[in-house]
Amino acid sequence: MKARVTVYPRREILDPQGKAIRDALSRVGFAGVDDVRAGKSFEISLGTDDPVQAEQELRRMCEKLLANTVVEDYSVELLGAEVGVRP
Amino acid sequence: MKCGVVVFPGSNCDHDAYHVLKHVLAQDTTFLWHQDDSLQGCDLIVLPGGFSYGDYLRAGAMAALSPVMAAVQRHAEAGGLVLGICNGFQVLLEAGLLPGAMRRNASLRFQCKDVHLKVERTDLPFTNKLRAGQVLRMPIAHAEGNYEDAPEKLDALEAAGQVVFRYCTAEGEVTPEANPNGAARNIAGICNAQGNVLGLMPHPERCSEEILGNTDGLALFASAVGVLEAVR
Repeated sequence: MKARVTVYPRREILDPQGKAIRDALSRVGFAGVDDVRAGKSFEISLGTDDPVQAEQELRRMCEKLLANTVVEDYSVELLGAEVGVRP
Repeated sequence: MKCGVVVFPGSNCDHDAYHVLKHVLAQDTTFLWHQDDSLQGCDLIVLPGGFSYGDYLRAGAMAALSPVMAAVQRHAEAGGLVLGICNGFQVLLEAGLLPGAMRRNASLRFQCKDVHLKVERTDLPFTNKLRAGQVLRMPIAHAEGNYEDAPEKLDALEAAGQVVFRYCTAEGEVTPEANPNGAARNIAGICNAQGNVLGLMPHPERCSEEILGNTDGLALFASAVGVLEAVR
């Protein structure tokens, strides 16, 4: 099973990178971009086909390593290509 | 009494810290490899500056999970002294030995310059040779020193007296202009509740000898060495 984990700065925390990217987008003519949050995306292949187990495992990965929950939030998305199941 | 300087792949201030302990303060000092799970009987552990594991994922995140850090965790829990400098501070945060987290500097620039620090605690193993309110000059060199935590956690940190150093002006005034990286409440260095674990972004090992033009950093190492020699 494949999954995508997205980690991004928490909403209430100033994201200096996102702000710089927003300003740059405005400079190159994309008017009306109110906000940009710059984060990270991980594509992870798992040995299991069990979506419940996969999601638990991915959340534990986020808590343990992939995200720093003091300043970052995360979301977990099962792509489930092999089994065609989405929770 | 023995001092240990941890070497992660990408550490680059390990030799400077070793030099201060071994040659300036004449202490028995050894390097500790990140794959070791023993601290070889060291009493004082220094986590040096640098770019451990290339700053992959987040600064200090990979190093925090290395085998040597499990031993450092046990050492800290038993009351052993641990000093984290710059990347070493980031490692302590990622390992959960100190609270909070680092973000990219508000300027988005790598900041490499001298700053001034106001000393807020002089009763710690690392600060007992400093004076309350003393202003130190120390170099910083980092891109991620923008200390952050939830407001209520910051309040608790301050109430517990765990803020040890704050960025300030040469006159000792804590102002936004004196803050080089956007750190919450000008925080440059903190300790754990017990006071045996200290992390700071500035580099005391780069200002511990006359030949370097500044010896303001030496007191941190000398304080710890003095404490450990006294209990021998």
